[in-house]
Amino acid sequence: MTALRALDSANLNGGQKLAVKYFTVALALLGVQIIFGLLAAVQFVMPDFLFGVVDFSIKRMVHINALIVWLLFGFMGSVYWMLEEEAGAPTVGLKLGNIIFYVFTAAVLVVVAVYLLVQVGPGEIETQWFITEGREYTEAPRWADIGIVVCVLVFFYNVAATFFKGKANNGGISGIGGVLLLDLVALAGIYLLGMWYTTNVTLDQYWWWWVIHMWVEATWEVMVGCMMAYSLMKVLGTSRKIVTTWLYLEVFMMLGSGILGIGHHYFWIGTPQYWLSIGGFFSALEPLPLVAMVVHAVYDAGVHKSRNNNHPAMGWLIAHAFGNFFGAGVWGFIHTLPQINMYTHGTQWSASHGHFAFYGAYATINIAFFYMAMQKWRGDVWMSSNLFGSWKWKWSMVLLNVGMIGMVMGMLVAGFAQSQIERAIGGATWNAFFAAQEHPWFVQGMYWRLAFGWMFAAGYVLLVWDLLTIGKRETRPVQSISYDQVALEAK
Amino acid sequence: MAANDNELWWASETFWKKTTIWTTVIMLIVLVGLTLDTVSQIQVGGKRVPAYSSINHRVDYKYDEALKRQVVIIGQEEPLFGKKLTEQEAEALVDHGKLTMHAKNCMDCHTILGNGAYFAPDLTKAWLDPFWGSVGVREELMVEFIKDPTDKLHNGLGRRMPNLGVTDTEARAVVAYLKWMSTIDTNGFPNNFKPLDQEN
Repeated sequence: MTALRALDSANLNGGQKLAVKYFTVALALLGVQIIFGLLAAVQFVMPDFLFGVVDFSIKRMVHINALIVWLLFGFMGSVYWMLEEEAGAPTVGLKLGNIIFYVFTAAVLVVVAVYLLVQVGPGEIETQWFITEGREYTEAPRWADIGIVVCVLVFFYNVAATFFKGKANNGGISGIGGVLLLDLVALAGIYLLGMWYTTNVTLDQYWWWWVIHMWVEATWEVMVGCMMAYSLMKVLGTSRKIVTTWLYLEVFMMLGSGILGIGHHYFWIGTPQYWLSIGGFFSALEPLPLVAMVVHAVYDAGVHKSRNNNHPAMGWLIAHAFGNFFGAGVWGFIHTLPQINMYTHGTQWSASHGHFAFYGAYATINIAFFYMAMQKWRGDVWMSSNLFGSWKWKWSMVLLNVGMIGMVMGMLVAGFAQSQIERAIGGATWNAFFAAQEHPWFVQGMYWRLAFGWMFAAGYVLLVWDLLTIGKRETRPVQSISYDQVALEAK
Repeated sequence: MAANDNELWWASETFWKKTTIWTTVIMLIVLVGLTLDTVSQIQVGGKRVPAYSSINHRVDYKYDEALKRQVVIIGQEEPLFGKKLTEQEAEALVDHGKLTMHAKNCMDCHTILGNGAYFAPDLTKAWLDPFWGSVGVREELMVEFIKDPTDKLHNGLGRRMPNLGVTDTEARAVVAYLKWMSTIDTNGFPNNFKPLDQEN
């Protein structure tokens, strides 16, 4: 352990050194996501903005692809962050892991450069291989898909080999480790299902939803369950037994509802009618595990009288618990039944839910990990009460949260107007679509979204500044926390 | 970790671990079963996803009294661009149209079967939209619009579609794809849609 406050990688274990690289790129890509989100939001109120230069489709594609990749980088970083402590062994194949990090990052840059410079191609299969696949969220060309699979396989090798290496001297694989390993197998395997082309659009969307839904509403939720379990132990001192039991309970409810919950994407794409009942029922249960996560986080914080060793991380963990519940849970629930979804599917309701859910469930917990990383990177520095310059993390958190909720509300109000005017009254024709888009209630929603988008962007700038400087001028070492009795027991 | 003798079952790590594993396995088995059934039902040429050659016919969207929702009607012969195609020719044309829609990234402005982005209107029933005015001019209007939309009439908002360099062949293929897509049974989505009058 070197000097307190200095940003020194000697403070980190091997996996963590790699983790902070992933975190750095993740944070930068969040910036890219915000910039392109703002550009797209401007076009909603100024239709000719960058028209013919960077069209809406390109802005939106970069916006949502930056989202997917930064969250994925955040997750991979978080896994590398936990790995050696959870496995009880140094990371196996770290050198290869490092190479893959640079390859992955370079590939992302090439994909984005092609998006911006080439944009579209001829209507041939080659376009899907080298320019874009042209499917929402999975726009990355096929060569990049294969690259992603290779990267994820190496990542999986690092993780699995490390857990198995540590198995002997660690008395088995920890509960978090076991869940994580199975989750990564599923996460990588599911991606393969999206890597082929068919003329049949219904079949195409059927499998495409396996990728999107099983990532976002199943394997990613399990991933953040693992991250939450680990961070409650580290930040609050909750016992391993408690977090592991909760983790199993949460995963039981997540997969018990989420696997068949996929049916809520199969209402209107040409798939059989029984999906209306199955999808409606199981997806309506999807908020339950998110309630459990709130109870778990808040109860544990209460038991420890909120005494924790990293206030920003704890703040973001609580933001995650509530954000996941409201953004993914409540905002998903309000339009998941087919009787409502008929009028809301593909409107600003979806956009409102999408923003709130990705932010609440995933962005927040990655930010919590960024703070945990900064603390250790600076030699386990103090990050509890009276932290030097604590206004920055508090204000960035306020700006990001209020900015997001403002955007979400703007879009929801626009969505209400749209579903009534376009769908219920207008009969979903193109004229009805534009009648809704022109309506003052809709237009106002778009202005509010843009204004709160700027607030969100300001929060991001402050967040970056804070992450770069937090703990720099602290002289106190990390606050000791009261671990639960069994917290440090062997796994 | 062995369960403590005094431990309550609902607080036991082992209990929830087993419950999780079994629930996941059962749900996956059910999903695989449903997938097998769904995939067989959504093959092209079936009742839900009609044959590509249905572009040789009139497609309409009518209210069904018994179901209380609209259903697709594949009616009299009405070949696209006046040329009747074989199943293979129709498939090749629709395929080219779909590839073009991927290549031009249509889905990041429009929605297709309700999925995509929300900047431009849904394309599920594009073929039937009253925007095209009348049956007589629809096909050619669609082709011309897709090829060079920028300066054509859009809406009162000033929101326009950019020129994406779609060739004449590609534009015709896109129209075929859109016509075929309008035949898919979407369980009544979008509800209460008012299609183009095709009777005259």
